[in-house]
Amino acid sequence: MKTCLTAIISSLMIFSPMAYADKWSDQFPHIKATGDIPGDCSYEKMSKKNYKGKTLKINTHAIPVMGEPTALHAEQFEKLTGAKVEVTHTPAGDLYSKAMVPFQAGQAPYDIVFGFSNFINDWKRYLAPVPKKYMNSPEMKDVTKSHMGVSSWDGTMYQYPVDGDRHYLKYRKDVIDNPEMQKKYKADTGKELKVPTTWKEYGEMAKYFNGWDWDGDGEKEYGSAEVMKKDDLMFAAFFSRSVAYAKNPRTPGGFFFDLETMKPNINNPGFVEALTDWVEATKYVPPGGTNFGLGDEIGSFGGGQTLFSFSWDDAFIAAMQDDSPIKNKVGAAPLPGANKVWNRVSNNWENQYNQAPYIVWGWAVGVAKKSKVKDMAFDYLCFFSNGANHQADLAIGRFGVNPFKNSDFDPNIYINSMGWDPEIANSYTKTLLDMEKSNNRVFPLRVPGVFEFTSAVATGTSKALAGQLSPQEALDEVAKEWEAIVSRVGKKAVQDAYAVGVKMEDNKL
Amino acid sequence: MNFKHKYFFLFPGLFVLIGILIFPIIFVVRLSLSGWNSYNPGLDYIGLENYIRLFTDDPRFWESFFRLSFLSVTTVILQYVIGFALAHMVWKDIKFKRFFRVLFLVPMMTTPVIMTVIWRTFFHESLGPVNDMLSIFGVAPKWLTDPVIAKFTVIIVEVWQWTPFMFLLLLAGLLSLPKEPFLAAAIDGASPVRKFIYVTFPLMAPISIGAIIIRLIEASKIMDTVYVLTSGGPGTSTETSSFYIFIKGLREFQMGYAASMSFTYLIIMIISLTIIAKVLTKLLLKE
Repeated sequence: MKTCLTAIISSLMIFSPMAYADKWSDQFPHIKATGDIPGDCSYEKMSKKNYKGKTLKINTHAIPVMGEPTALHAEQFEKLTGAKVEVTHTPAGDLYSKAMVPFQAGQAPYDIVFGFSNFINDWKRYLAPVPKKYMNSPEMKDVTKSHMGVSSWDGTMYQYPVDGDRHYLKYRKDVIDNPEMQKKYKADTGKELKVPTTWKEYGEMAKYFNGWDWDGDGEKEYGSAEVMKKDDLMFAAFFSRSVAYAKNPRTPGGFFFDLETMKPNINNPGFVEALTDWVEATKYVPPGGTNFGLGDEIGSFGGGQTLFSFSWDDAFIAAMQDDSPIKNKVGAAPLPGANKVWNRVSNNWENQYNQAPYIVWGWAVGVAKKSKVKDMAFDYLCFFSNGANHQADLAIGRFGVNPFKNSDFDPNIYINSMGWDPEIANSYTKTLLDMEKSNNRVFPLRVPGVFEFTSAVATGTSKALAGQLSPQEALDEVAKEWEAIVSRVGKKAVQDAYAVGVKMEDNKL
Repeated sequence: MNFKHKYFFLFPGLFVLIGILIFPIIFVVRLSLSGWNSYNPGLDYIGLENYIRLFTDDPRFWESFFRLSFLSVTTVILQYVIGFALAHMVWKDIKFKRFFRVLFLVPMMTTPVIMTVIWRTFFHESLGPVNDMLSIFGVAPKWLTDPVIAKFTVIIVEVWQWTPFMFLLLLAGLLSLPKEPFLAAAIDGASPVRKFIYVTFPLMAPISIGAIIIRLIEASKIMDTVYVLTSGGPGTSTETSSFYIFIKGLREFQMGYAASMSFTYLIIMIISLTIIAKVLTKLLLKE
């Protein structure tokens, strides 16, 4: 009898989470793959909160990227807690000003503001630090060191981690690994068809596979889909191409500027080489590709239109969704490197292989210091990124939610709940994990007036892509503008802020 | 009734005027003399620094201004010609006159931003229907990615959206014209072309001047079409003054500098539109 009772109790204990899972996933089909996952902000825990009569106001991105999960989790949060949640959707380019205008006027029309992690320096004085109880939660302890760093400033976390971002290479595995294509490529070019490890190889392969039907679907395919539209995150794509040539692990002390002098590095031969490659890339993007924003890039690669792509996870996830024509036909790899890297100290090229991951800025969210419902706001954010929501969000490319927790790098998540091919799931998680381990990473520029700096890069590089200026002329113009911005903002202010980022890049933080 | 009482009734209008016109202008002028930006919010006084920067170190502002002049003059001329032709057509007794009058107004009734998104989809070079159809003839223009063609794409969208406005004003003008000069011309046996050149067009001159000036004022503020269609690109080839001011003010948050650009732009527009109005009046109302 005792044995029988123990068995019953054990079974109940083992299956109790499953019981929750069934209960909550019945009401909220979004989490049907996992059910509720126990944690500080699980569905179960949130259902015990009572925010009836309270209103939470959120400013987030337009639907779908980040805007859709914000609205979805708002609706779930309302049902669970009784709160009223008002969600405003704003285009990416206006997120900064939509929060900054009321911030500077001393108002808080939104309790929660979504933006990008590189806004942190300008926004931090208007945001409430993340309270200790959330900092100490098991979910927060699971966030990777890089993303804790990206969300924090000098040890204080101002942005609640909901997303993890980095740029990496995506490629059509069914083409690159295809022996027939390899033979054909070798015969035509004398070179091996393989996952490109340099930008030059990337360009050669992209050019070869540009403008013909290489997958036999009756439509023309192209070489590469990239974010090239002016002001639409294009500067991040340019930095992704620049890190290989300009981030030299033997010259610490600044990728964007020389930290000591604050002289911009942006027009040194490393960056110019990257821009020259990028101008060349305009020849192997799909028609209209030089006007592709992030959404176009996701649609183009995710829809099977191109051989390569590089940027955030979204295009890869879109390609791996069940409704994708190229599910389990794509691969992930680190950003290509280069066979030479610029040494800004000796002013010479070093002829050796270099590769550097770009932990690019990503979606970030904070709670306004002047909000009257801070507790509820942090609970919402904690709920947004709880285990069940996070895993479900990861599986939907258009949501723009990407791995930022150590547990996200377990390939079984993708194999079991998303139906990924094990080899692809392994290469994906290994690519992301290796970036976390790299000692030659570049982090986003996070200095006062960051938008002025990035806007100057977008303008300069887009002039080069449009043929209005040569790469050197374009980047000289950017460097001149950066010097003017540093002088306007104040050298000391920019230098102090930049020093924090340099510490991260030089692995001292 | 005390004479002073009448001023009491002026107050509501005066308050509104001060609130929506005078105060914003004074505030913009004061803002333009400050260094307000993302890291230094506040009305500190920096003198004419922003204006000096604008006039000595910002060729992009002037490039965008000349680009705007080209776009606005071209679009308004096209809108005037097409609008006049359509108005003239439905002014006469043709079949389905009422239907066409309503049909020609449809573009103006749609939301510009939404329509521009639709146009952007049409002109999408790999997925859009325009190039799909043109591929039958073996051509595939780079509607949004060629620096020259992109300007004409902006013009096409602007002309489509705002020609109905011109059409409406000119049709109202045509309907209000006196009949006698046309009867006299008919008795004299004037051909339709001569009737148009010597009767219709001169009689329409005052209305034409008004319509052109109104549209020039509106076209000089072109922003939403550029924002949605090209974001000012490729490069800076479709960047207009208002879009550039938007970037500096609300993207980069250089509020003080953007205010100095706005105020300078306002003064330039007032002067240039006054000159254009005078020139048009002299040219079209000679007699």
